[in-house]
Amino acid sequence: MAERIMMKGNEAFAEGAIKAGCHFFFGYPITPQNEIPEYMSRRMPEVGGTFIQAESEVSAINMVYGAGGAGARAMTSSSSPGVSLKQEGISYIAAAEVPCVIVNVARGGPGLGGLTPSQADYFQAVKGGGHGDYHMVVFAPASVQEIIDLMYEAFVTADKYRTPVMVLADGLLGQMMEPVVLRDWEDLQIPEKPWATTGMVSGKPQSVINSLGLAPEELENLNLRLQKKYRTIEENGVRYEEDGVEDAELIIVAYGTSARVSKSAIAKARAEGKKVGLFRPITLWPFPSKRLAELAEAGKRFMAVEMSAGQMIEDVKLAVNGKTEVEFYGRYNGAIPSVTEVYQAIIKSFDNREVQK
Amino acid sequence: MTLEAIFAGFGGQGVMLIGQLLAYAGMYEGKQVSWFPSYGPEMRGGTANCSVVVSDEPVGSPVISEPNLLVAMNRPSLEKFEPMVKSGGMLFYNSSLIHITPKRTDIEVIPIPANDIAAELGNAKVANMVVMGAILKKTGIVDLETVISVLKKTMTGNKAKLIALNQQALEKGMELVG
Repeated sequence: MAERIMMKGNEAFAEGAIKAGCHFFFGYPITPQNEIPEYMSRRMPEVGGTFIQAESEVSAINMVYGAGGAGARAMTSSSSPGVSLKQEGISYIAAAEVPCVIVNVARGGPGLGGLTPSQADYFQAVKGGGHGDYHMVVFAPASVQEIIDLMYEAFVTADKYRTPVMVLADGLLGQMMEPVVLRDWEDLQIPEKPWATTGMVSGKPQSVINSLGLAPEELENLNLRLQKKYRTIEENGVRYEEDGVEDAELIIVAYGTSARVSKSAIAKARAEGKKVGLFRPITLWPFPSKRLAELAEAGKRFMAVEMSAGQMIEDVKLAVNGKTEVEFYGRYNGAIPSVTEVYQAIIKSFDNREVQK
Repeated sequence: MTLEAIFAGFGGQGVMLIGQLLAYAGMYEGKQVSWFPSYGPEMRGGTANCSVVVSDEPVGSPVISEPNLLVAMNRPSLEKFEPMVKSGGMLFYNSSLIHITPKRTDIEVIPIPANDIAAELGNAKVANMVVMGAILKKTGIVDLETVISVLKKTMTGNKAKLIALNQQALEKGMELVG
């Protein structure tokens, strides 16, 4: 077995990106993700890459736009209020079909909020935080090892579909340490990017990276192309993990930190004979709706557990489409649900069921 | 066995460090581990704590609501976390600085005069290592040798000369509860 080393989640975002061939990092500091730029400022020069602490989040995302447009694997990272500032740039990047990766180590909001972990940026990430009809692929890691692995997936996906990809975590995942195995990706090969703006070469058509489409038909054509691409991603890009759903009566749907907490709560409830399982979306967009619909068809009921007032639950409800019950347990903006609380919510759900019978 | 520990104290007492030390040692013994710090607007002199899970199973929640081991290095930490300890769990408290007695009777309470012993060893900073030694002896969760090897890996250069002192502190802690 390869050597396990201890790593902080934030360091894993950075090292995972470097292992994935990312050589350009642009960022602006904000807690709880500061270890990412700190690590990058040290590592990028070592791998011949570029680290720039931009003058603002807006500047950082537009530097990513530029570097990505020139064909490089580029990224930025921030936390909730900082990611809000990047939304205009993300919309432009989606329109210009520039591959790049944006990391959000989310913290409590709204507003300047606090520093503690939160999952209240779900809507912003998956429903399009900026303007226009666009989507980002959104990955949601639940462990430090998965951060490393999904950073690679994120860059590959971004290049494959020429799209911005977000890796959405929270302050807990950023701050915690776990053992990881680092590996060099054997198939690491950055694809040819003939569309990139790499300077004029005679005989080669001019590459233009732009998000402006003044002619209505031109803009509609772009949108049709984007939508077609999104359908392809929905078809091929869904990722999720299931644990004990086959015999479950109740399925907890949770991602990231909430999934970790739920896993322990489920083990506790299982030990008491409660038939409860875990469904963990790994991609938040595209959302694993099809599989949830199948499970609803099989009569399972659901409970969304989130560190928000209830955001992902809307996608769960859309997938379940009224076939079975969808309950909710959440702690808001900065509070992490405890194992005991989630366990009690599970027990209460089963008790209520008994009463109804 | 799954150890779910909370290490708490004021900034500068080295609670984050002994938490990490335990996590590293667990990792080197092939166990599943996680370490999660309280973070935020923390400052020197304020309270700090970290949660450590060491298990043979994959770690679920890295946040612990019912620790089966608590280390309280100062009074506010004892008052905050004592009620959370799981029945049958262990509570190590720094009796050099905490002059109240824990109230719980359903857990094993282990007073450690950590600062006094550290002072006898000539360096108040190793109070945390005295407690760590007591934990190793009481729980057997990881071997002393593994902990020493972690110290050797991490304390290099100028710090290498402090390894012997830390080892002494660990051993003193072990003797105390032996």
